[in-house]
Amino acid sequence: MSTLNIPVNEKSWSLQEMALEVIKLIKPNSSVNLGIGMPTMVSELIPKDMNLMIHSENGVLGVSKRPKKSEVSPTLINAGKETISVLNSASFFDSSLSFGMIRGGHIDYCVLGGMEVDVHGNLANWMVPGKKITGMGGAMDLVNGAKTVIIMMNHFSKDGELKLKQNCTLPLTGKNVVHFVVTEKGIFKPNGTEFEIIKLT
Amino acid sequence: MQINQTSSSNYGLGQTPANFLRPEFPKIFPDARAALFDISDGISLMSGGFGLCGIPENSIQALCEMDIKNLTVISNNIGNSKRGLAKILVQDKISKAFCSYVGGNPDLEQRIMNREIEVTLIPQGSFAEKIRAHGMGIRAFYTPTGYGTLVAEGKEVKVFDRPCILEESLGADFAIIKAQYADPYGNLWFKESARNFSPLMAMAAKVTIVEVEEIVPFGFLKAEDIHTSGIFVQRIYQGTNYQNDIEYLLIDEDEDEAKQQLDHREKK
Repeated sequence: MSTLNIPVNEKSWSLQEMALEVIKLIKPNSSVNLGIGMPTMVSELIPKDMNLMIHSENGVLGVSKRPKKSEVSPTLINAGKETISVLNSASFFDSSLSFGMIRGGHIDYCVLGGMEVDVHGNLANWMVPGKKITGMGGAMDLVNGAKTVIIMMNHFSKDGELKLKQNCTLPLTGKNVVHFVVTEKGIFKPNGTEFEIIKLT
Repeated sequence: MQINQTSSSNYGLGQTPANFLRPEFPKIFPDARAALFDISDGISLMSGGFGLCGIPENSIQALCEMDIKNLTVISNNIGNSKRGLAKILVQDKISKAFCSYVGGNPDLEQRIMNREIEVTLIPQGSFAEKIRAHGMGIRAFYTPTGYGTLVAEGKEVKVFDRPCILEESLGADFAIIKAQYADPYGNLWFKESARNFSPLMAMAAKVTIVEVEEIVPFGFLKAEDIHTSGIFVQRIYQGTNYQNDIEYLLIDEDEDEAKQQLDHREKK
């Protein structure tokens, strides 16, 4: 397997800067699903005037910011099981309908964390054989259903290995599904043979 | 529907669960142990809830106290952080499980690694739809979810506008779910995001046992506001002592802080 050579700059974006880059990829007035982990930062930084409808796969459309103390409800949570508040335009529904919104192509963007992405747009983010199983949760549905799939992850693993691959080595979450990868080194687009560099730090 | 969201006990209607224990309301049971009387070794059981949100706390507690084993459990998370279904998991009452997410449930992850439990991981959307399909009489459906992954292994692939895999429906002997309100026929109303898988499971089980924060008289729930029709519900009881645990409490501190400052200024 050939090793990818992606020239990057010394400078790294902070998590916050990465989140702001993700937000620049999202058009106003669209619907967005935000995954657990790094994408959580995106939800904290979305400007109100973008008028986004945030979808949470446990059955909420119209997620708003963290609740005030007086608004906290144990039955009002996002997919990360964190307490939330909702917009006055929000709606609640069951899980089947929620994933119908995803699978049916009604969600414009999803932002997910990743372990590996390859040049074919394959994503791995749900298990490391023999080491770690988190389960796929809603990720497999999201990557196949959302119109634009954005992966937000570190450029390198803890062992210093490039997480952008020629071919994923871990079990896949989805095949040919990723549109953009945002790391601390830049924005990349898998095109089938390589990662196009959209932007570097 | 105009419902006071803060109420967790009797809604000031002068009704107690005992008022509903009448022959004309055959679905109503006095408590969890009575409603779960025929749950026995080897049965399959669906349990509603997303993480700890909307879980049937009283039924799970009853399962903890019952002498049963070899359960097949179908639930999105099989509990979290030693709570919910994780309580019967650590009692080794579950031999087989279907779920979508293991994160936050170290007891389950450990049992999977040690091969002490047979777990089938299913993408959450397919999980929900398999259950819904069973309740709806649909035997199987094609979905793009999982194509090209381990999930597709052994499953038929068919190309429509894109490749899809065949997913079969999923039913169970029993479902234990929780709703906010039920009327004596079993019409249900769920609060906020506590609905999740519960209406689907109610349809997919042979016997659906619902615990509620409150049993309400007919007419309290308007017909057009009912989330699950009582035709899908076989047994109802009013639960007690709800913990309604929050897994991750996040609060907008900025706003609280800003308000405190404002209060402070006003006092000055």
